[in-house]
Amino acid sequence: MAAPDPETDLRPRFLDAGEAALVVEFGARVDPAINDRVLALDAALTAEPPRGLAETVPTYRSLMVHYDPLVLSRAALVAAVEGRLTEPGAARGAGRRWTMPCCYDPAFAEDIAEVAELAGRDVAAVAALHAEAEYRVYMYGFAPGFAYLGGLPEALALPRRPSPRPPHPPGAVMIGGGLAAIGTFPMPTGWYVLARTPERLFVEGRDPAFLIESGDTLRFEPVDADTFSGLERRAAGGEIVARRAS
Amino acid sequence: MSVRPILRILEAHGGATLQDAGRHGAMRYGITPAGPMDPLAHATANRALGNPLGATAIEVGLGGLALTVEEAPLDIALAGGAFRIDCDGRPLPPAAALTLRPGMALRIRAGRAGAWCYLAVAGRLDVAPVLGSTATHTRSGLGGLDGRALRPGDGLAADEARARLGEPAALVAPWLDRSPEAIRVVLGPQDDYFAEPEIAAFLARDWTVSPKGDRMACFLDGTPLTHAKGHDIVSDGIAMGAIQVPGQGLPIILMADRQPTGGYPKIATVIGADLGRLAQAQGGTRLRFRAVSVAEAVAARRAEAAALEPAIALEPVIRTTFSSEFLLGRNLIDGVVG
Repeated sequence: MAAPDPETDLRPRFLDAGEAALVVEFGARVDPAINDRVLALDAALTAEPPRGLAETVPTYRSLMVHYDPLVLSRAALVAAVEGRLTEPGAARGAGRRWTMPCCYDPAFAEDIAEVAELAGRDVAAVAALHAEAEYRVYMYGFAPGFAYLGGLPEALALPRRPSPRPPHPPGAVMIGGGLAAIGTFPMPTGWYVLARTPERLFVEGRDPAFLIESGDTLRFEPVDADTFSGLERRAAGGEIVARRAS
Repeated sequence: MSVRPILRILEAHGGATLQDAGRHGAMRYGITPAGPMDPLAHATANRALGNPLGATAIEVGLGGLALTVEEAPLDIALAGGAFRIDCDGRPLPPAAALTLRPGMALRIRAGRAGAWCYLAVAGRLDVAPVLGSTATHTRSGLGGLDGRALRPGDGLAADEARARLGEPAALVAPWLDRSPEAIRVVLGPQDDYFAEPEIAAFLARDWTVSPKGDRMACFLDGTPLTHAKGHDIVSDGIAMGAIQVPGQGLPIILMADRQPTGGYPKIATVIGADLGRLAQAQGGTRLRFRAVSVAEAVAARRAEAAALEPAIALEPVIRTTFSSEFLLGRNLIDGVVG
């Protein structure tokens, strides 16, 4: 069966992930229009959850709905989802916009020289390209506070490393496979570390524990190493150092 | 205020962690739910003591665990695989409950079958929840005791503790005698990445559980499967029991410590009622899969929930297997037959 295309196929596919999770799939691509539909359904289900819904996990192109099948039947869940579907292109509640301080100093941008070579540009041009773009938070995954970002300039669209590099530092701003990402906890990674942000996407016990939501938009604002250190101290003290634009 | 009993870990060799029903509600932020590998056995140990089914308990792996209690006696219950368990040298059934008294040593060691054993306490282990749960996820260092496995010397205090069981008793929990039948799966969510003969082969073949599995995944050895549409998908959600097939074609079943999203096609998902049975399969176990409908999976889940509804009966331990120390003590080995 062909994957649905949002241009021609308005109905999502309902795919069982066992008897306690249902995948509502809007498409098979990384595409803002598809992700909008995922997030619109997620917001509608979260605002008015049917009894027995456990939790939802939005991804690029689908919403995984975990549910208790002894309380909520599959048929009732499908009906609840269908009753909350919006038309493609319908206005989704606009995500918030963030400006994230970001340091491209070679001390923090461990892999930027490698990226520059692979991309055939100099290091300053790579940093400028990355900082000029606007990114969409598509989803979290992989690890706590690991955010996948779309909007990376085509010139920086490199495949991921053939094998992982050693653990990235906390707050690593990375690129790989045509996407950008922020990694909160150090982990071995197949991505390239292009910069670091002093902001923490996840701080246990902070309110909010998770700073940004899927659907938010963000930009990186270059700061020098001294500014980074100052912001990092403030962030360590529990302050939010990213700025919310709207 | 009465004195709180404190469980004191005497021996631990990695793999013993605190687990409640799991950290739910933050998968959307990349948070792994963790929770028990064998949810039914975890719930059974708690049920035997009248606890909420998802109360914090100790999950013990093949590395085993030894512990004692300090300050005050404490009722405990054990349930899981066929582990070798003894209290001060006296063998216990693998599903048992008793009052552990200060000075007694309880030992839990891997046995002939099973990979996970649960130890629940009558009361509430005093562990601070993280994002609403005490479940330990060691890879991200969240939950339990500082996000890590238990170590010798660790102390776990119990609030609202009870000690009224006395001598060891066996739990009447026949559902823990797991059948060797095929593991039931619901096909999908990405079964359309496999041609019909490959799905048939997946269901017809014998698979062998690899010894390299852990709380994150169960790896299967066998004849690799081939994909019809490549092995990369744009990441989507992962449920516990999802059977993903990466490029090399050998299925990997994602378990309690899975990442909440991922990018390989998932041919099928193990049904909830068979997750524990799968988790308890030791390395080398051969298994098959059988496809069932969602309705059948729900019925199995309902039957499991019904089994845990009534209180669990306790039977005095009758010595059916005797340790050599016991037999020597009774001077029966010499064969005093008239």
